Amino acid sequence: MIETLTLTAERAVRLLEAKEISGAELYAAYLDAIGERDPDLHAFLHVCDDPGGDGLPLAVKDVIGTKGIPTTAGSKILENYVPVYDATVIVNAKRHGLRIIGKTNTDEFAMGSSTENSAYGPSRNPWDPSRVPGGSGGGSAAAVSGGLAPWALGSDTGGSIKQPAALCGHVGLRPTYGTVSRYGVVAFASSLDQVGPVAKNVRDCAYLYSVIAGRDANDSTTVDVPEVAFPTADDLNGVRIGVPKEMNGAEGIEPGVTAAVERAIELAESLGASVEECSLPKSVDYGVACYYLVAPAEASANLARYDGVRYGLREDGADFREMVMRTRDAGFGDEPKRRIMVGTYALSSGYYDAYYGTAQKVRTVIKREHDELFRRFDVLVSPTSPTVAFPLGAKVHDPLAMYMNDLLTIPSCMAGLPGLNIPCGLSEGLPVGLQLVGAQFAENTLFRVGHALELALDFNVVPARYRT
Amino acid sequence: MARITRDEVLHVARLARLELSDDEVAKFQEQLSDILEAVSKVSELDLADVPPTAHPLEIANAWAEDEPRPCLELGEVFANAPDREDDHFRTPPA
Repeated sequence: MIETLTLTAERAVRLLEAKEISGAELYAAYLDAIGERDPDLHAFLHVCDDPGGDGLPLAVKDVIGTKGIPTTAGSKILENYVPVYDATVIVNAKRHGLRIIGKTNTDEFAMGSSTENSAYGPSRNPWDPSRVPGGSGGGSAAAVSGGLAPWALGSDTGGSIKQPAALCGHVGLRPTYGTVSRYGVVAFASSLDQVGPVAKNVRDCAYLYSVIAGRDANDSTTVDVPEVAFPTADDLNGVRIGVPKEMNGAEGIEPGVTAAVERAIELAESLGASVEECSLPKSVDYGVACYYLVAPAEASANLARYDGVRYGLREDGADFREMVMRTRDAGFGDEPKRRIMVGTYALSSGYYDAYYGTAQKVRTVIKREHDELFRRFDVLVSPTSPTVAFPLGAKVHDPLAMYMNDLLTIPSCMAGLPGLNIPCGLSEGLPVGLQLVGAQFAENTLFRVGHALELALDFNVVPARYRT
Repeated sequence: MARITRDEVLHVARLARLELSDDEVAKFQEQLSDILEAVSKVSELDLADVPPTAHPLEIANAWAEDEPRPCLELGEVFANAPDREDDHFRTPPA
């Protein structure tokens, strides 16, 4: 009997190499888990038969293009879209023998923080199915925490890997901008989008990152990436941790979240790290406003390609323009329409300088504030999400309240920096996530700090209601 | 800050090629006004000497060798096409 709820990817590889289990048995164990628990969780939009082989299964967020496997981005406008080529991250995963077990649910075009914006219905949190798993990558998060896949790929524009990892209690990395190819990934906001790994622990996360990272001739924003160092140390000697007071004292952070994060910071100090308060005065205050101009503006341009001509939905119309407008009205849900409208407004004649132009300058301010801190610190820590998982429906009618879920994940995304979520405790029986932000290309530092803390925290990643 | 007018919503929807229902126009008039008011916070800062950031990496150019590579077969190109005539995508008349 393979217990998928506790099995790490690293352990699964050992069992396969020792011939204690076969590739077919491993895949079947995950399909059984999906059959048992996915009717409640709705993590998957599409489940794949075993393609054969001895590699580990991999769940893939449905914004990542997979040849011959439907890729909907959680949208009706791509309901019947089947890519004819693989995204570069999928080519890399297959080269390492990984088998795609299915495509995971996402807020439509990765726009959201709860998966409630998916055109195919929300996913649910494995710790409490009346609550959201976070978003946009809630499907990948629910799949990993629910033991439906050993690990998964997500994408993160303003927090879509880190925030669901926080709400579901596992590890998620948003890598440095430029380290992982976006070729073949449905574009949302191109100066922010990053693909990254979701896993049960930091070593699995580091391994999956090493599989997907690297320069790609098909994505000219990618660069050469430092070799991944798999973390082993259980101490934090010599590590300088900064605690930005605005990130840790922001309005809206739940007391139980603060308590768990403070305990983790004390633990880091006891492991040998130096800990000092610091400040990001503008990044937290202006980050959300900056993001919700830049991201919708870029989204309005990226989503212009859905015109009913080359692929995707087409509605009838008397002429070309009517066809395009009807297709987009019928195909896009509420949130993409809202962001297309905001973005189009912010880019339109007469408003460009006041909105988009100003937001780009604020982005410089945010980047400089972070650069300044990384002269003195190796890692910045804070909660990942101000709250634990919230009930389905709680914020769905208030877009601005939903946007505030991203308050603490957005600043480092705007600066292009890597961020790692690790679970650091429970509040009201639900996971609390600790966010570790590093300097550009400092993934190895995040892995080291995350791994040592994870060992010391000894958080049980199996949702309490699944424990036997 | 001034609220967005109904005409402005319709103008932006036309620019974005979205045919909105009357209900959507009314809803977005409210929501866009609220969102734009919130994001206008960016104008509070003194940004006189601050250059814009379009992209977080300092890459000026990414060069590649100009080498021919195989491209998709026509069957693949049209695999997801809503309508096709010979080797063209077919659409209603402009």
